[in-house]
Amino acid sequence: MATKTEFNNPVIRWVDERLPVFTYLDHEYNQFPMPKNLNYWWNFGALASVALVVMILTGIMLAMQYTAHVDLAFESVERIMRDVNYGWLLRYIHMNGASMFFIVVYIHLFRGLYYGSYKAPRELLWMLGVVIILLMMATAFMGYVLPWGQMSFWGATVITNLFSAIPIVGDWIVTWLWGGFSVDNPTLNRFYALHYLMPFVLFAVVGLHVVALHVNGSTNPTGVEVQSPRDTVSFHPYFTAKDSVGLVAFLFVFAAFVFFAPNFFGEPDNYIKANPLQTPPHIVPEWYFLPFYAILRAVPDNFIGAWMGFTLISAKLAGVIAMFGSIAVLFLLPWLDTSKVRSARFRPWYKWFFWLFLLDCLLLGYIGSQPAEGIFIWIGRGATAWYFAHFLVFFPLLGWFETPKPLPTSISEPVLKEDS
Amino acid sequence: MRMKVLVIAAAFLAGISTAHAAGEKIELPDVEWSWEGPFGTFDKAQLQRGLQVYTEVCATCHSLNLLAYRDLAALGYGEEEIKAYAANYEVEDGPDDAGEMFTRVAIPSDRFLPPFPNENAARASNNGAYPPDLSLMTKARKNGANYLYAMMIGYSDEIPEDVALMEGMNYQKYFAGHQIAMPQPLYGDDIEYADGTEATLEQEARDVTAFLAWAAEPELEDRKSMGIKVLLFLGVLFVMVIAVKKAVWRNVKH
Ligand code: HEC
Ligand code: HEM
Repeated sequence: MATKTEFNNPVIRWVDERLPVFTYLDHEYNQFPMPKNLNYWWNFGALASVALVVMILTGIMLAMQYTAHVDLAFESVERIMRDVNYGWLLRYIHMNGASMFFIVVYIHLFRGLYYGSYKAPRELLWMLGVVIILLMMATAFMGYVLPWGQMSFWGATVITNLFSAIPIVGDWIVTWLWGGFSVDNPTLNRFYALHYLMPFVLFAVVGLHVVALHVNGSTNPTGVEVQSPRDTVSFHPYFTAKDSVGLVAFLFVFAAFVFFAPNFFGEPDNYIKANPLQTPPHIVPEWYFLPFYAILRAVPDNFIGAWMGFTLISAKLAGVIAMFGSIAVLFLLPWLDTSKVRSARFRPWYKWFFWLFLLDCLLLGYIGSQPAEGIFIWIGRGATAWYFAHFLVFFPLLGWFETPKPLPTSISEPVLKEDS
Repeated sequence: MRMKVLVIAAAFLAGISTAHAAGEKIELPDVEWSWEGPFGTFDKAQLQRGLQVYTEVCATCHSLNLLAYRDLAALGYGEEEIKAYAANYEVEDGPDDAGEMFTRVAIPSDRFLPPFPNENAARASNNGAYPPDLSLMTKARKNGANYLYAMMIGYSDEIPEDVALMEGMNYQKYFAGHQIAMPQPLYGDDIEYADGTEATLEQEARDVTAFLAWAAEPELEDRKSMGIKVLLFLGVLFVMVIAVKKAVWRNVKH
């Protein structure tokens, strides 16, 4: 923010001289130089921001009608659906918005993996992204409990019970989380309080994420850093125009689900009011947790024991560690990837491993939706092993063994060549 | 590259839908419902017949807690008709000025009167089984409408040999485990339709399913008609933003 922008409007100028918000906006969203070769995969960060805002707005309006009490929550949600003006619209937007948000952010994350966006100097930017994913998961999990259907209740029971795997203090922690001896009214109340709070924390972290982004700017499909103004165009009008295309396409898909298949991502069981005395036949989490659910269940009994000759930790604890570990490795990725080259375009081997990894994640998602029995157990273990090997073995080795293709000297070079 | 992405996206969606369909495989009948598809709407005459089936048969055991009598306006009934319908029921109200509870006839703003005062009373009259509330039934089961229809027509006296019926249970082809505590509710000719439609078993089953599908999603018609407008709007807007983007980027080589 070295140079101030001159504004003609006297009010804006008066404010800006005292609090340079307009200069900031002008620098970051008007003049900000963007690599001119970004493709549509670079839309998804902006889409995620829109999704977050949509979630916060619809969420606040739902909160005005919702009642967080075990006897009333389910009915209050149905009141919103039936008696509140356009309540069904608000609720279906919020419900499907969560799925849209995860789809968009997962694509955003895989874009980063493909183009090596996590590498220096963007490590902190990437790590803030991982924090965002974690916050999103916690928020979505607690939000899903609020309508107090069968899956709300039993999902909450299964997931909170995971903490009982912690040695010695586990049971105590679970009781503390619940505020009692089972998932009950105190649990619902605190989940509601946290579900309202966390999106604002998320908003703040997204703010940091964007600040970090604007220090070095976006990378680009070649992975070669911007070298001269010839490589860039200003954010406005070029990327406001391009992001608008992505935004309208996104809203189209979003609306198609909201209006024509609003329960596509949902579980029918959640239209049955929570009943602590009746366990549903299959307890499955929402689709965006399925890969992690598969990893949680993949660790065999006494895995550690069979390996080291004695039982150090229970299979349940090992599963929980694996599940959290699957996200923790993302924090380490900037240092696990030893390749000097960013973009998978110029990494002939890594490109294959990227697609295999994507397939592996989809496979884990499928396994997570299936009962843990028979062949599924073995596939789940294999896919989990591949997941960790991808980060802990393939990433470090690829950097050493792979011969990257020659890089262009600048973003503009390929275009200029075409011209001549 | 694009192809690859498409193939993976398709595989992913297929994965989700098979994941949803997983579980015990019981083929349900596939009925063509009037409200399916982007332009689907309810057939009011059918909803009225379905209400009649619910009122005369199901309501002896099942509640419909999320509905108020006034909601019946959506089936095409006028105010007087709704008042008359509600007046068939007596609800407890109070306390009055003397502090006493009293009963009065129901009015349109009352919720549908449940057949039993509480779950225990319902179980006591049904061999220990609990007839669930039907307000959300078609949303609370996979493939809900076809499932509900199947519940109505799936009874049979010819019980396969591998099914050992328990005390008080009935054979039901489509129910998980093939035995259900609900006695066959519909046989055909159980009611005389006010509009003269022939009351075959299939007809009654379709009608009550339609009524309960409406009860579960009373917003469905509003939702779909608004959806068409929103998608049309976004479609046009999409063409426009593409044009704007092309114009803006016209002179940039990239
Ligand atoms: C004599 C009492 C009785 C009548 C009349 C009756 N039901 Fe039921 N119904 C039950 C009972 C009891 C159950 C619980 C069955 C069980 O869990 O095994 C049940 C369960 C159901 C279910 C849930 C099945 C499931 O998947 O859990 C549906 C749907 C249903 N009834 C629909 C109807 C409809 C529609 C009608 C009117 C046409 C009707 N019932 C009439 C007693 C009745
Ligand atoms: C609430 C969710 C998120 C929001 C709102 C968000 C927002 C944004 C925005 C607006 C951009 C710039 C546009 C773009 O490059 O697409 C961006 C870039 C980036 N984001 Fe996110 N993000 C979110 C989650 C994540 C997550 C989960 C990660 C990874 C774990 C991540 C990693 C990155 C990286 C590395 C960049 C720079 C990409 C590059 O320039 O190559 N973000 N983010």
